[in-house]
This record gives sequence, structure tokens and C-alpha cells, in this order.
Amino acid sequence: MENILSILVFFPAVAGLLGFVIDKDSAKAYGVTVAAIEFLLSLWLWFSFDTASAGMQFVEMIPLIPDMGISYYVGADGISLFIIIMTTLMTLIGMASMGETKNIKNMIVTLLFLEMTMIGVFVALDAIIFYLFWELSLVPMLYIIGAWGGPLRVYASIKFFLYTFTGSLIMLVGMLFVAYIYHSLTGVWSFAITDWYALVLPVDYQLWLFAAFFIGFAIKVPMFPFHTWIPYAHGQAPTIGSVILAAVLLKMGTYGFVRFSLPMFPDASVMAITPVAVLSLIMIVYTAMIAYAQKDIKQVIAYSSVSHMGIIMLGLFAMNAEGLSGSVFQMLSHGIVSGALFMLVGMIYERRHTKLMSEFGGLASVMPKFAVIFGVMLMASVGLPLTIGFVGEFLVLLGFYQVSPIITIIAGTSIILGAVYMLRVMKFTFFGPLNNEENKKLKDLNRRETWSLIPLVAIVIWLGVYPKPVLEPIDNSVKALLNFMDEKALTKEAKDMIRVAKSSKEVK
Amino acid sequence: MLSPINVSLESLNLITLAPMLIAVVGGLIILVLDLLNNKLHKSLYVMLTILVLFIDFGAVLGLNVNERGFFDVMLIDGISIISQLMVIGGSMMFIPLALTSKKFHEYSYPEFFALFLFMIAGFQFMVASDNLILIFVGLETASLSLYTLIALHNRANSYEAAVKYFTMGALAAGFFTMGSAVIYALTGSIELYKVAEVLATRVNETGLMIAIFGSSVLLLVAFAFKISLFPFHTWVPDVYEGASAPLAGYMSVVPKIAAFVVSIRIFGMYLDLGVEWVRWTILILAVITMTLANIMALVQNDVKRMLAYSSISHAGFIMAALALDTTEGNTSIFLYYALFMFTNLGAFTMLWISRHKKRIFDTRYDHPYEKFSGLVQTMPMAAVIMGIFMLSLAGVPPFSVFWGKIYVMQAAVNAGYIWLAIIMGLNSAIAAYYYLKLIVYMFLKDPVQDAETVSYNMSRSLMVIIGFATAATVGAIFYVQPLISYLYYMISASGY
Repeated sequence: MENILSILVFFPAVAGLLGFVIDKDSAKAYGVTVAAIEFLLSLWLWFSFDTASAGMQFVEMIPLIPDMGISYYVGADGISLFIIIMTTLMTLIGMASMGETKNIKNMIVTLLFLEMTMIGVFVALDAIIFYLFWELSLVPMLYIIGAWGGPLRVYASIKFFLYTFTGSLIMLVGMLFVAYIYHSLTGVWSFAITDWYALVLPVDYQLWLFAAFFIGFAIKVPMFPFHTWIPYAHGQAPTIGSVILAAVLLKMGTYGFVRFSLPMFPDASVMAITPVAVLSLIMIVYTAMIAYAQKDIKQVIAYSSVSHMGIIMLGLFAMNAEGLSGSVFQMLSHGIVSGALFMLVGMIYERRHTKLMSEFGGLASVMPKFAVIFGVMLMASVGLPLTIGFVGEFLVLLGFYQVSPIITIIAGTSIILGAVYMLRVMKFTFFGPLNNEENKKLKDLNRRETWSLIPLVAIVIWLGVYPKPVLEPIDNSVKALLNFMDEKALTKEAKDMIRVAKSSKEVK
Repeated sequence: MLSPINVSLESLNLITLAPMLIAVVGGLIILVLDLLNNKLHKSLYVMLTILVLFIDFGAVLGLNVNERGFFDVMLIDGISIISQLMVIGGSMMFIPLALTSKKFHEYSYPEFFALFLFMIAGFQFMVASDNLILIFVGLETASLSLYTLIALHNRANSYEAAVKYFTMGALAAGFFTMGSAVIYALTGSIELYKVAEVLATRVNETGLMIAIFGSSVLLLVAFAFKISLFPFHTWVPDVYEGASAPLAGYMSVVPKIAAFVVSIRIFGMYLDLGVEWVRWTILILAVITMTLANIMALVQNDVKRMLAYSSISHAGFIMAALALDTTEGNTSIFLYYALFMFTNLGAFTMLWISRHKKRIFDTRYDHPYEKFSGLVQTMPMAAVIMGIFMLSLAGVPPFSVFWGKIYVMQAAVNAGYIWLAIIMGLNSAIAAYYYLKLIVYMFLKDPVQDAETVSYNMSRSLMVIIGFATAATVGAIFYVQPLISYLYYMISASGY
């Protein structure tokens, strides 16, 4: 199956279309089955993936609009492979653990279309196809937040849509400009990213284009000044919406940096290290402080997720293999951990219809299973050794230490700050006296909930102890990317920055 | 004593007139049929009109590119052929909308269909000539028919719309004739190709610049009315509101295509002469038009008025492409309208379905947003289709208008106007808000009416048109390539 990527993209879409005729009561079973098949397909992708090779695999190319250079062009490398698997896994588990009952059929169909767009973003190798899936992913998310969300859902969903839409239109102009340069140099129209990689752009062009792409990606991540949409989106979204948003949609932004900004504009990227690092630091420290001040458990997790995205951004701009690999690994771990945390909050919300910490206390005695799983995820989120969160965070900090020890030390406080606000949640929710009468009647996790969380706990511990099977393919592709950037870089300082990092890796 | 003028029939090349004559004769046949038997049902006239348009379409397809005919006043070049095809295609999609399940006043008159065909003949004359007088005749034939068609929709505000449109149109016609007169005074000719030749030799004469300036301003004002550019756009929302929904959708596409073709001919000439400030005037007007109309659309309470403002904004978008004066820019005008036509006509047809004889839902508007709230629960298919039309208009890929937008923006980038592409991008983002507003009402709110209210006017032929528009909107990615290469070929063949 050389065309497995196309199958992965279009299988959920076809299933979504067919889902319209499924009976309402069977819709959820249908959705979970489809998502499970999709997950197995993505595992198949992993097994048939040549982990030793760093390049693009399973490449398919069908010209769509040759006059404009647009073609259906997909492929996967070590970086996108695991994000795809994480996407299918989180969709499956999110769907399986979903407690929604209102309009369940519409929800399932929407989720399946959303899955198509998410996988499409991660496999696209043509800028316009990438943009197509990127924009299309807004529509199902708009519907999920807007139809199943909290009281401010309409405001939150429109804010989410318009923010991202505006940013990506600027990015589109950037893409069109790159295509124009490509055409004026080669005489051929092309939006294929692999063709664009061959372009060596002057530094001032790189800076402008970097800025255009930065706006598109940074809003999605969300980087510090552009993050204001996310508290509303998370606050109002239903559980499944938050899970998908935190686990997958935010990764589109960071993935965009890896796929577009770094290899296409290496000099501009090196110049942007300091500003991006400063913004990331603000993101890490400032949102961690906000997280501490929250009364609502879900908001704590939302802000902690933004804070951890800052670590990912920092790693991306470390310009060395440790930082980048750690950053890609952190994308996976952040997806699994924050997805699981949002699910856990959703479960408690379904029982009590409140997310306020003050309403809880002493839950560990009535809900022991819940408390244990929550504890494991919390540790992983903080980045405790032997959990998945540690590997990525450690590598990122190790990588960025070679760039700037001071920034790394400040960023390292995120582990402490994270421990502070997370343990505060733990303390107020699970420990202390069980005062509230209503909490005494709470039921522990049922079978559906337990079994949808146990795989995630297993992954958190497995990859925390032995990350090699995942880290190695990522590392291969990341090294190839860095080599490529090094060759392409024009300015001496960019070359130095990228090369220094590479040699230090070789010494070890 | 005057010597007799000999004209051979062959030199007239009468075949260039055939498409217009077919439309006119078709209209006359309909009138004669009515004289013979006045009890014929409207479906007969609808089908006859479609058949006439079908022959017309074939006749246009059979024309050779770059021919002149009828004392050289007819000009059949690439853009005149593609614009005629688009005019006829749009009309063929429009006319089946007469077959609603409820009776409407205007369609009970066969004159409606005759006038409709005369109007198409007028548009065809407009685009198939570079003689300013023939353009004027075509423009007025089409406009006068269109005023009447609007007024036939038997409502108080339809008369208001028709009179408003008529007054504005008459004013524009005045500007057009004055502009033509100045051109004639300058060059002694009203044939644009001769005008261009003479102006090219005289353009650097001292004191003449002001006259050239004057002529272009007068013509620009005339076409700004027709294309609805700021500040001459104020009639649009009222006229669209007064006209029936399909006619409003029709007006936002077909007459504008014709007006754009004439604009390409006239202002392309000025741009080729190197009159730079014409380019800047058009660019500034276009940017103001798209931005202002977008902002106005944000505050509308009626979907039809919102769509009216949105069509102004789209027109501004395309007008900017005209100022680029590149083959790509001109291609993008036609590509954009070809793709926009399906989506926009589809969206207006959805309004037509929910149309009532009396305003039973709201005292002021026919189609307030509230009318569509919760549509996904009562009519899921209709809501999804309308949602797709809105997303397409907002420029979300892979729906049709996105491909037009990206082509316009690419043309702007290629011509060196990156700032213009960025403004277009930001405007698309503003526009997304009001299209989303309808989606929010349809998908995220609870219904306040029953399905009957929205599907009141539903009929099979309306469903066919909507299905066709949906297919064209969703499947755009598969036909954009042949469309672009055909349009590009035709436009570059005619030297624009």
C-alpha cells in the first residue's frame, strides 16, 4: 500500500459522509469503529515506515492545477509520522471516552471530517494543499465549540475562527510570494514544498517571508501576544473539543515551523532566535503564573498547555538536534498528556457539572482510580523523570542550553512553576477533608472511562522509560533537516549557529 | 452628387451578429406565441428561453476568434467570446428559478421572458464591440430591460428599486455619453482602437492631459455606477432588496461581467497609454470599495442586504485585478466571476426558496438572520448547502471562490502589488465574520420557526439548480485547471 497516506486522509472523510445515514443510536459505535480502523491504519504506516531513512516516504503526487503549480502532493517523514499516529490515537480515545449525548450523530460526523483535515495538514507537501486542510480544519472545530460548548460558546468559536483565519491569510500571501519567486527564477509554477526547499532566498526576503509565515503559525501555537483566543476556546469547548484542540490543532502551528519556516528561511530563523526565545519565555512564565491564579481546573490545564507550547517553541529554535528532536517529542507528549488531562476534567465535570476547585476536596478517597490516573498525568505534565513529559522537556532544555544558558535557566523554572500550580490542583481537588456532601456520592471511573485512559497511561510510562523507538526516526529526520539548513544558510552567523550545534552532537 | 456606396455582403461578416439576433428573435417568438394563445403556462416560456439560450450558446462557441464584422463595429475577440458564454451560462442558470411552487406575479407575463432575452442581446452587444456608440446602445438596451424586470416583481419596494436603479442608470448613461463626447473631441473617432492610435501620438501634447483626464474620469464614473464601486455603490443594497432574490443574484454577476469587459477595453487602453493615475484611481477605489462594503455588511440584519454588500466587496476585489493590467489579472476577473457565479446564484436561490408572498416573519425584512436560526435541526441538508455557499464566499478552500481569490492574489503578487494582496487577505478575514454570522445562526442557534417557513417556495427545478450550484462549488478543484487554461488562452489571444 504505497498510497496509505491518501487512504489515511480520505478514509475518515468517506466514513463521515456515510455517517449521515447511520442511525442515531449506533452513531457512536460507528465513529469509534472508524477511528479504531484509522488508528490501525496509522500503525500500519509506522510498521511499513523505513525508520532508517530520513527523507519523505510514501510520496504521492497528482497534478491538480498545473497552470498554477498546485498538485495533490503528500508524504511523511519521521517528524510527521508520530504526529499522525498521535492524531489518530487521540481522536479514537477522545471519541471513545466522550460522554456527549446531544446530537451525537452530528458530533461523530464532524469529528471524522476534522480527523481528515488534521491528517491532511500533517501529510501535505504542497503548500496549497497544506493551506486547504489548515483552513478546513477550522470549520468542524467552529461547529464543535459553537454547538456543544458552554454559555459563551458562540463568541468563543467565532473568536477562534477569525483569529486563525486572519493569520493564515497573511501566511497565504507569503506562500504566493514564494511561488512567485520560484516562478521568476525557474520559469515553472510550483507550490511543492520540496521544490521550495531548493530556493536560496536573500536574507531580507527571508525575513519578510518568515514574518508572514510566523503570523499564521504563531496564532495557532498560540505564541504570547496572540494567545488570547485560547482561554475562551478551551473554557467554552466541550471536552472532546478541548482534547482535540490541545492535542492536535495546536501542533499544526509548531509543525508548520518545522515544515516551512526552518528549512525555507534558515538565516531568518537564526536571526529570530532571540525574539522567539523571549516570546516563548514570556509564554512559559507568564501563562504559568496565570495558571496558578485560576479557580477553574480546566483553565489551569488550558494555561499549562500554553505554557508547555512555549517549551516546544523554544526547542524548535535551538537549531540543534537535541532541541529539535526534543521539541518534536514534546509535541507528542504534550498531545497525549494535555489531551488526557482535559478528558479527566471532562469526566469530573460530567459528574458534578462544575470545574471549580473550591467545590472539590478529598476526592482521592471516593474516586481512587480517578485520582491515580490524574496523578500520573499531572506528573507527566510537570515533567517528572520516567514519564513522557520529562524526555521532551529535558532534551529541549539541553538543546537550548547551547544557545543561551540564561534563557534555559529561566525556562527551566517552568518545571518548578508547573509543579506549583499542578500540585495546587492536586491538593485542592484530591486531598484535604471531604467536606462537600455532594462529593461523597461521586462514582469512580466506569469501565469505558478507565479503558480509554489506561492506554494513555501506558504510553506515558512506556515512552518515559524507553523513548528510543519514537525518538530515533525523529532524530534521523531532524538531523537531515539541520544538515540541509546548514548547507542552505547564507550568512556566516547562521551557519555557525547551526554548525556549532551539530558538531557538539557528534562529539558525544 | 453622392456616389453610391457599395458594400459586399461578405465584408459585413454577418455571422458576428448571429448570437444577438438569435436572442432577439427568440424574444419576438415568445411575444408572438402570447399573441396567438395567451393561456400558456410559464413553464413553456421558461423552457423556450432555455432553448433559445442554448442555440445562442452554440452560436457563440462557433465564432472565430479575432474577427470584425458589420462595418467593423463588431469585435469578436477572446474576451467577447468568454464573456458572452458566461452571460448566457449565468442566464440559463437563472431562468429555471421562475418555476417555483408558489406563483409570483412577474413570471405570469410572457413579456418577462421576452425582455429577459432582449437584455441578454444587449449584454452581448456591449461585450462584442469596441465602438463606444454600440456599447452605449447595448448598455441601454440591457439596462432598460433590467429596470422593467425589477419592477415586474410586484411590490412597493420593487418599484422603489426599479426607479432608483433607473435614475442612477440614467445618470451613469449621461456620464458615459459625456466621456465618449470628450474622447470624440480629442481624437475624432469613437472606435477604441483608432482612439488608442490617435491618443498615443497626442498623449504628450501640452494642455491635452487635462482633457484625457476628464474623459477617463467621466467614463470611470459611468462604470463605477454599473460595477458598484465606492462612492457610486449606494443603490445596490436597496435595489437588491427590492428585486426578487434570483434577480438580485443575477444582477450581482451577469451585468457586472458585461461592465467589466467594457472596462477592460476602455481602461486597459488608458493603462496602455501609460496614464498611471488611472491605475491608481482604480486601485484606491477598489480598495475602499472592498473594505467599506465589508464593514457595511457586518452590521446588516438581513441576509439579502448582507449578500448585496458582499457582492460589492467582491466587485472591488476584482476591480483591483483590472488595474494590474496583466494577462493574469484579466484572466482572474473572468475566473473569479465564473466561480463566484455558481456560489452566489446558489446562495440567492436559497433565499428564494424561503421567500413568502407576504412578510410573515419580520415586518421590515424578507430574510432576517433569525429566519435561518437552527436550520440544521429542521432541514440539515439545506443548512449544510447554505453553509458551504457561505464558506465558499468567505474564501475557505477547497470551495470555488477560494480558487478565484488565490488567483487574483497571485496575479497581484506577480505584478508587484504585495500590499494589495495583503489588503485582499485582510478583507477576506473581515468578510469571514459576516458569512460566519449566518453559519452561526444556522448551526449554533435553536430554531424559532418550522421547516415550512424556510422551504416555502421549494420546487424540483429549484432543487436542480441548487444541486448544480453545490456540485460546482464543491468540485471546483477538478475543473479549475481547464477553466484557467481556456480563459488564459482566449484572453492572451485577444491581446489583453
